[in-house]
Amino acid sequence: MVASPPLALVQLDPFDLSWRSRLELVLASGRAAGASLVEVFLESTDHIGLLAEQDSITNVSPAFGKGAGIRVFREERDGFVSTNDLSERGLMAALEQALGMLGLERGSSDSSRFDGLSGLRDYGQSKQAWLDHCPGLGEATSRLLEGTALLERHGQHLQARRGSYARDWQEVMVAASDGTFARDIRLHQSVGLNALAADGEHRASQGRRYGSSDRPDDLRQWDPDASAAEICASAQAMLRADYVEAGSYPVVLANRFGGVIFHEACGHLLETTQVERGTTPFAEQVGSPIAHAAVTAIDEGLSSGAFGSLSMDDEGMEPERTVLIENGVLKRFLSDRAGELRTGHARTGSGRRQSHSFAAASRMRNTFIAAGPHSPADLIASIETGLYCKSMGGGSVGPTGQFNFAVEEGYLIENGELGKPVKGATLIGEAKEVMPRISMCANDLELAAGFCGSVSGSIFVTVGQPHIKVDSITVGGR
Amino acid sequence: MSMGTSLSATTPAAAKAPGLDAVQLGQQLERLAGDLGIERWDLGAACSTDTSVQVDRGEAKQLKGAQRSSITVRVWNGDGLVGITSTSDLSKAGLARALAGAKEASAYGNANDTPAFSPLAGAPLEPLDQPIQDPQAILSLLTTLKEAERDLLGRHAAITTVPYNGLAQRASERIYLNSAGACRQQQLSTASLYLYARAEEAGRKPRSSGAVRLAYGASELDIAGCIDEAAELTISHLDYAPIATGYYTCVFSPEAFLDLVGAFSNLFNARAVLDGVSLSHRESLGDSLAVPFLSIHDNGLHPGNIGASSFDGEGTPVSRLGLIEDGVLSHFMHSEATARAFGVAPTGHAGLGAKVSVGANWFEVGSGSSAGGAQGLDRHSADGVVWIDSLSALHAGVKASQGSFSLPFDGWLIQGGETRSIEAATVAGDIRQVLKALVGFEGEAKVTPDGLCPHVWVEGLSITGDA
Repeated sequence: MVASPPLALVQLDPFDLSWRSRLELVLASGRAAGASLVEVFLESTDHIGLLAEQDSITNVSPAFGKGAGIRVFREERDGFVSTNDLSERGLMAALEQALGMLGLERGSSDSSRFDGLSGLRDYGQSKQAWLDHCPGLGEATSRLLEGTALLERHGQHLQARRGSYARDWQEVMVAASDGTFARDIRLHQSVGLNALAADGEHRASQGRRYGSSDRPDDLRQWDPDASAAEICASAQAMLRADYVEAGSYPVVLANRFGGVIFHEACGHLLETTQVERGTTPFAEQVGSPIAHAAVTAIDEGLSSGAFGSLSMDDEGMEPERTVLIENGVLKRFLSDRAGELRTGHARTGSGRRQSHSFAAASRMRNTFIAAGPHSPADLIASIETGLYCKSMGGGSVGPTGQFNFAVEEGYLIENGELGKPVKGATLIGEAKEVMPRISMCANDLELAAGFCGSVSGSIFVTVGQPHIKVDSITVGGR
Repeated sequence: MSMGTSLSATTPAAAKAPGLDAVQLGQQLERLAGDLGIERWDLGAACSTDTSVQVDRGEAKQLKGAQRSSITVRVWNGDGLVGITSTSDLSKAGLARALAGAKEASAYGNANDTPAFSPLAGAPLEPLDQPIQDPQAILSLLTTLKEAERDLLGRHAAITTVPYNGLAQRASERIYLNSAGACRQQQLSTASLYLYARAEEAGRKPRSSGAVRLAYGASELDIAGCIDEAAELTISHLDYAPIATGYYTCVFSPEAFLDLVGAFSNLFNARAVLDGVSLSHRESLGDSLAVPFLSIHDNGLHPGNIGASSFDGEGTPVSRLGLIEDGVLSHFMHSEATARAFGVAPTGHAGLGAKVSVGANWFEVGSGSSAGGAQGLDRHSADGVVWIDSLSALHAGVKASQGSFSLPFDGWLIQGGETRSIEAATVAGDIRQVLKALVGFEGEAKVTPDGLCPHVWVEGLSITGDA
């Protein structure tokens, strides 16, 4: 390892109590103008991205910045303005613009409508030194090159090897006219390896990405040998795989990133943003069965080190463990401030946003199906002809609840046993139809880091599940 | 640096040109670089002012405004290695920190692939006819969008919501400067409208579809056309049926075919070729890649390309480039570094970075100089043909380095003189086979946000359905 200090670009000017008066002025001005609630979100970021290809570092991309998002509510309506200008003049100009959107005008300051900010809840206090404890560029680049070298050692027919690392440090401060005043520091690191195997006309590309939050040491703990071995084994298996035959099959979805099925098929439909839009079929279903009794699903922001964990959400609320579905019955929706206002579902600490450029929205954190009583082998053995999805790619859900996701590594199931590898599968369906078909859950729950893009931008999340069996799903193929 | 954040409280319209001062920025960078012993540098800067509105059943849902600024500085150290840093902080302190960060990062620059200034960074630019439009007041945008939503909701009883909608306008400016004296600057105003409706009839599944329009200003948007298209498409999907799995001749809408070409643009991307992740090789130029009547050009300067840039991230002029001509792979898209590696000139497709990305601007798809393919194609009188209107989930269902795709789509089965929406289906294939399986083009090429393309007939594609 090469010892080097971390490249940290924004350690100056932290958000601290010196911001209080400036923020209170903005909030008081907004309230005096007639806003029912005003919220200011301050953000400072420091990012490093590294790319290794073959045995060279080919890109080092640091970035840093500051900005603010000001959101003004007038009853259920809201106006949102973001700016990079954090001066008092800049913040007030943004406030004026947000007020104007709602037909309000900044007048003489009437502080009687604002009682001032409460005491600062500072979740970042104990995290001040995190950035200093992260690997420096020298150490991180060495680690990444170790990974791409191990791909070469484990792989065959590899045409391209890539490793990437991202470290995202974010300091936030949230102040709202209901008195909310909180600060936090977040640290997310992710490292990924990818390999493209090619032999004549046959090609297979496989990759894995690992991510954590709030663990400065995480890159040092990463096991590149295990990662490289898993990717190369997968690429080797898929290199000469036949295309899957299209049709409807029972499928077994592996644990970890297999949890993307619940994330896409159901999780998004349990966000109050979907209730607001009228795009979830579950809006009136709280207390009713919407899934097979084998399914209990949870979203939380509390698991130590998980990619979607938070000390507070982007509206200053501590996250909670939210049981979404219990034994098939819908229990809760994920809600943010606007969701609570507009749908009546109580906030769950799920108000999240990519950056100050986005207003917070109800979003998932660490979302998973709980473990069941079966072994993974039980699930495979219960199927005569079907598909085993060992590794999942990304997916999406549309405005009518139709979801889809890609299978990166799949195997036929024949007579209760795993058969030959198959490629090119896409699973499609509708949440209302597929949730009752998740009939068996295994006992091997594991989580996996991912990125979720939606109304408030791209955020860090965890998906997860044990091995699950879906009795029937449409498999797109050839 | 003035970022133009001062806006009127009563008419918070103002997507005014934010006003980057290229000369001042250049002088500032020159001084700061000198202090750090940096002799060679370049930068890309951008700033924008945006306003947008969304509505929900007659009420304002969210009104947004944003002032954004960003800068990427790139420096060459004493060993000729390159480092970059990006920031949204355009203050003097922010620029100084960015330069220092870039210098530090340059210690890890790739000695085997070092970018240089584009030799064309000072070459004349093609003039673009991009009239700067005055912004509208946001409350005016809101009124317009409410009216559009009301009109769309009134088109059919089954259309109950327009869950995804937005009317936005932007004023933006971008700059490229380098220490050798290159100075590029462009201002632009744009506006966009999207309407995505949801319809549901009793006992049937909800269906949705929509439309998008772009223009140089909100007053120029084809709002009526957008409403008509969104309504027509959404209503057309109300009567749906599953489709039997099998192989079909497919007719891609211009938007769908351009999406497919864009997803596999690594075929033409010199960066991907050099990285070994393209379906093409260095020696592939001149290969027959498609049917002889297919030509694909990249033409960022086409008048239909709202938001066109006259120069790329390295300051190279954008120009029209043949990618596939008469079925033959004719050129790759290049940055300065890839062009140098291939011994050709940069083509105006670069980003800005330590490793410079290469990307397409705006495609033109058509028959080029070579006639051929089936003539007189008319999907409305065809039988057993799948008409693919839009593709979904390209980020998940496209394996760009493998050539394969398996994608959900919205579309119709045309059979026995009847056009009926397909309930839920995927289309799968290999882009190399698709390009060889074109039957012909139907109708005039249509200008879309991503390019110019007619309807494209392709035979023998695998469709998975639920029937």
